[in-house]
Amino acid sequence: MNIPSDLKYTKEHEWVRVEGGLATVGITDHAQEALGDITFVELPGKGAGVTQFKALATIESVKAASDIYAPVSGTVKEVNARLETEPGLVNQSPYEKGWIARIETGNAEELKNLLDAAAYAAFLKESAH
Amino acid sequence: MSDFIANTQRDTKEMLGAIGVASIDDLFDVITPRQRPKAFDVPQGRSEFEVMRHIKDLAAKNAADLTLFIGAGVYDHFIPSVVDHMSGRSEFYTAYTPYQPECSQGTLQAVFEYQSAICRLTDMEIANASLYDGGTALYEAMMMARRITGRNRVLIDKAVSPIYRTIIYSYTRNLDIEFTEIPVRHGQTDREALARQLDDKTACVILQNPNFFGAIDDHADIVTQAHERGILAIASVYPVALGLLKTPGAMGFDIVTGEGQSLGLPLSFGGPYLGFMATKREFARKMPGRIVGETTDIEGKTGYVLTLQAREQHIRREKATSNICSNEALCALRAVVFLSALGKEGFQELARQNFEKAEQAKALLSQIKGVTVKQSAPTFNEFTVELPRNPVEVVGKMIAKGFAAGFPLARYYPDMKHYMLVAVTEKRTKEEIVGYAHALEATLWS
Repeated sequence: MNIPSDLKYTKEHEWVRVEGGLATVGITDHAQEALGDITFVELPGKGAGVTQFKALATIESVKAASDIYAPVSGTVKEVNARLETEPGLVNQSPYEKGWIARIETGNAEELKNLLDAAAYAAFLKESAH
Repeated sequence: MSDFIANTQRDTKEMLGAIGVASIDDLFDVITPRQRPKAFDVPQGRSEFEVMRHIKDLAAKNAADLTLFIGAGVYDHFIPSVVDHMSGRSEFYTAYTPYQPECSQGTLQAVFEYQSAICRLTDMEIANASLYDGGTALYEAMMMARRITGRNRVLIDKAVSPIYRTIIYSYTRNLDIEFTEIPVRHGQTDREALARQLDDKTACVILQNPNFFGAIDDHADIVTQAHERGILAIASVYPVALGLLKTPGAMGFDIVTGEGQSLGLPLSFGGPYLGFMATKREFARKMPGRIVGETTDIEGKTGYVLTLQAREQHIRREKATSNICSNEALCALRAVVFLSALGKEGFQELARQNFEKAEQAKALLSQIKGVTVKQSAPTFNEFTVELPRNPVEVVGKMIAKGFAAGFPLARYYPDMKHYMLVAVTEKRTKEEIVGYAHALEATLWS
């Protein structure tokens, strides 16, 4: 299970990479594996306002359609348009090519609500039992 | 008949004991005495023979042998016997798509063919595997337009079936949706009134063709205007009319729904009927219900699968696209058998006969003193007449003469006290139409 150490995580299995005021968001390796083959990603609209831990996007796999929650609050600045035609990128490259959206965020306090890699790994281990 | 409750008194006692409740009545404690019925009028048990006789007596009270000139949304069409034969086969005889659908390749193929037929009929890109009926399908289309646009205002033509409008309003009573009804002018959508209502908050405009008064219309201009404002256009259509009329796809509609009863389903006290829904490919994932898709298996053989059900209730729970999780597979099967039996030319001929016979009836009725056939707009197989007497009384008297004479419009349009809807399908013979006109004249003037 790949859990990059430089990212922050949620208990809903999203990851976030904050650089400057911009937070890049995706789903974890664990999440893509649990969902199975991803067939469709419903991306948020550019400019949409999002709230931490509220729905950001929907990912549809052969098993289910699942909500993806925003790890941070802010405004959607960019979406990964490649996913419209290549949703499988989320499976192949969850932390790089399979990113979902970039959110402009100002509230650094919110990051305290997130897990670091070690805590997320522990959370996964705990949930497995 | 004896009761069929399998539990013995001992069973009941054991089960109540297991959950720590003293009596069955205690299970219903939360229902206050005020909310309970005063008494249950349940007669003593009877034998099967007695019950059969009782039910048959009740059934005999139905006027099942009237000659029908009534429509208002459901129509008396001929059903070829192949429809009953195919849909009655045990391999098909279930109202549901099975929960292990891929085990039932025949059912899935039938549904796939049904979807293809609805697409060809409406001239749209994709159709779902069916919904309950025309009214609920229209409600689903409206909700779909809200999801797509993220807007909350809905314009609805007053000539859309009042039954469908009632369904929409009752389903949405607790939702924050602003409805505006567009008035009717000379039997058709009032273009000017509608144009004034198109704004950036509007999700959709809902039209019907032919409309409830029977008038046909080319809505292409309205669809274009709606699209300029990012508004979706929804049409509720009468499938038989599509054999003759410009299709909703050609008019540019985004979502098309309708009542499929006319495609091989008998008239039956409101159901089970068949709602169909078709849309543009780009809206596939916003569409409620399920879609059957055609694919190939690992050996390259053609197979059928449920391709779009991930957003249904049994998977998405409260976040499902729609409450409607099931479809009407048996009714959809009847529709596709009906359409296959008629074929393209047969279907066009069916539409032509409906139109022509209604025109014959119009000509005869307009010769009756005091009767005015409304001519402001062209019609398909149903039209509006103005009578010199109360249509409710006229319809009552015509039943004794063997006719269901029409639908009095005042029931839904209080200002149309003297108006009645008359429908004429391919089943009506020349003799029946002439007989109807004579009976109506006699009822009015003797």
